Amino acid sequence: MGLMFKDETYRGDFTFYNSPEAIRHFPFPFHEDKYMYAVNIEPHAPGPKGSAYEFPIDVDEHYVADMKDRAIVLAEDPLRCQSLPHMITAEWDLVELLMTSMSEAYPEHFTLTRNGDAWHWINRPLGIDDEFTFGDTSTLRYPPMEYITRQCQGDFCLLDQRDGDLWMDSGMVTSQADWSLDFDIGMSFKEWHAPVPLAHEVGIFDRALKFLLAMQIGRPVRRLNWTMTINPRLDTSPENYHKWGTDRTTVTPENVGDKVHLRVELQALWRLPRSNAIVFSIRGYLIKMREVATIPKWSRRLHRVLKTLPPELAAYKGLTRYQQMTIDWLAKHDDGAPTTPGVWPE
Amino acid sequence: MTEPMLSRPRYPGLSADPHAKLNLIVCEGEGAGAVLDLAAKAPDGFFSRAAILFCATGASGSTYQTKLESLQPANFWVLPSIATAMFRLKGVLATATMGTRLYAAGTEPFIGSVLQEALAVGIDFKSVFTEHRGSAKRRIQCVHCKGLTEDVTASPFTCAHCGLTLFVRDHYSRRLGAFQGVCVDAEVPGEVPPVEELYP
Repeated sequence: MGLMFKDETYRGDFTFYNSPEAIRHFPFPFHEDKYMYAVNIEPHAPGPKGSAYEFPIDVDEHYVADMKDRAIVLAEDPLRCQSLPHMITAEWDLVELLMTSMSEAYPEHFTLTRNGDAWHWINRPLGIDDEFTFGDTSTLRYPPMEYITRQCQGDFCLLDQRDGDLWMDSGMVTSQADWSLDFDIGMSFKEWHAPVPLAHEVGIFDRALKFLLAMQIGRPVRRLNWTMTINPRLDTSPENYHKWGTDRTTVTPENVGDKVHLRVELQALWRLPRSNAIVFSIRGYLIKMREVATIPKWSRRLHRVLKTLPPELAAYKGLTRYQQMTIDWLAKHDDGAPTTPGVWPE
Repeated sequence: MTEPMLSRPRYPGLSADPHAKLNLIVCEGEGAGAVLDLAAKAPDGFFSRAAILFCATGASGSTYQTKLESLQPANFWVLPSIATAMFRLKGVLATATMGTRLYAAGTEPFIGSVLQEALAVGIDFKSVFTEHRGSAKRRIQCVHCKGLTEDVTASPFTCAHCGLTLFVRDHYSRRLGAFQGVCVDAEVPGEVPPVEELYP
């Protein structure tokens, strides 16, 4: 299938970039020339070949580098991975979901052999070959959720369902856009979304919660969210904000193309069979402005979205300091031509 | 925007549960006033099924102590600090039986501590009767070093542990009994807005 895993970094010298294939793989989030919150949940159905939606769990050229960055974060701050004790069944559910998805979609990279509870997992890109007993935590080198999410791109939360609500009771969160699992663990759906502006008033979270509570096994759903990040940094956690916050002041008209990144979260949710919990995966994709500009429709549209973004949203997403410079840079890539509906390149 | 902070618990005030076998009332400082107000409207015999655990903080501690004692609760314990009060509460909850109703009155950090003890023994926080009295001071968890700073009345403030200058984000964790503190000058070190006494 030709996936070549790149040796690149998300910190220090920031060597991350997207190949032309990875640019076309990018889940561009804007289907029209403006943006406002919407529930925007759709079935997580297979998408076009080569897109981020081709398989339920997307593995791309950044896989090995993503997993190295996660290991660095966990070594510095083990609290990025936490799970309340009642979530152990959901953790095993997650092992099954990820191992089966990855091995079915990418058999040249991952192999799962099951013989009753005796499982054999081979992860070739990371050089892992483990036999273990499904359901017996002592047979893995890490607790089940930590074990498998050290091998899968994106952050993962396990949401327990009880009392007509969803509870953030478990998670592996190393590449988040400014929220803290350590602070939010144990919270209900509306509690952990409390700091989000504007969306509560228009009933977004009421509708989303109602929808998610009714989710069924075998019918995963997805939505996109987005923000912007300076430098290709995955760990934009609040925990380390005092270390990366100064990045936001380093943007100049000359370096916008390389420094400013659109960061898109492909959020997918699955109902789990044993625990009745829900997996909430938050897979982040980064793309430089210079890379966005290689797709004329995308640079036209991003320019117009940023120009018309409500100020509260710009502030919440932390764009305020460099928003105008980015708009000015993108203006050079917007000839004013109309754009076609939908997210796909023309 | 005037909407309440959605992650912050509400403290609707104490009311008497006439069906409880044991009313376990935990209060601190000015929170004693809420218990005295409760007494004015509680049904007869309420305090004969009540245990009061009083943390005598603040200037009026001894006055309140006398008044609470005059309610003639089945048990009356006076403890000198939040830490000792929570230690006693933990012990009482460990042997509490079905039909125990928990009440908490005092400052928000105090109520937060009581709810943490309740959570630890599996009591649903929604079943605890709470009333906020006294100072609006807050307990803050530094999101960077995870240290808790007590008695915060202003924002920004200095983290008692790592020394970063933090602003108080409107986000509350029941598990920690604390609000979140985030570095205020992370983007331009030294650029700190004026201190405001927001939680006197």
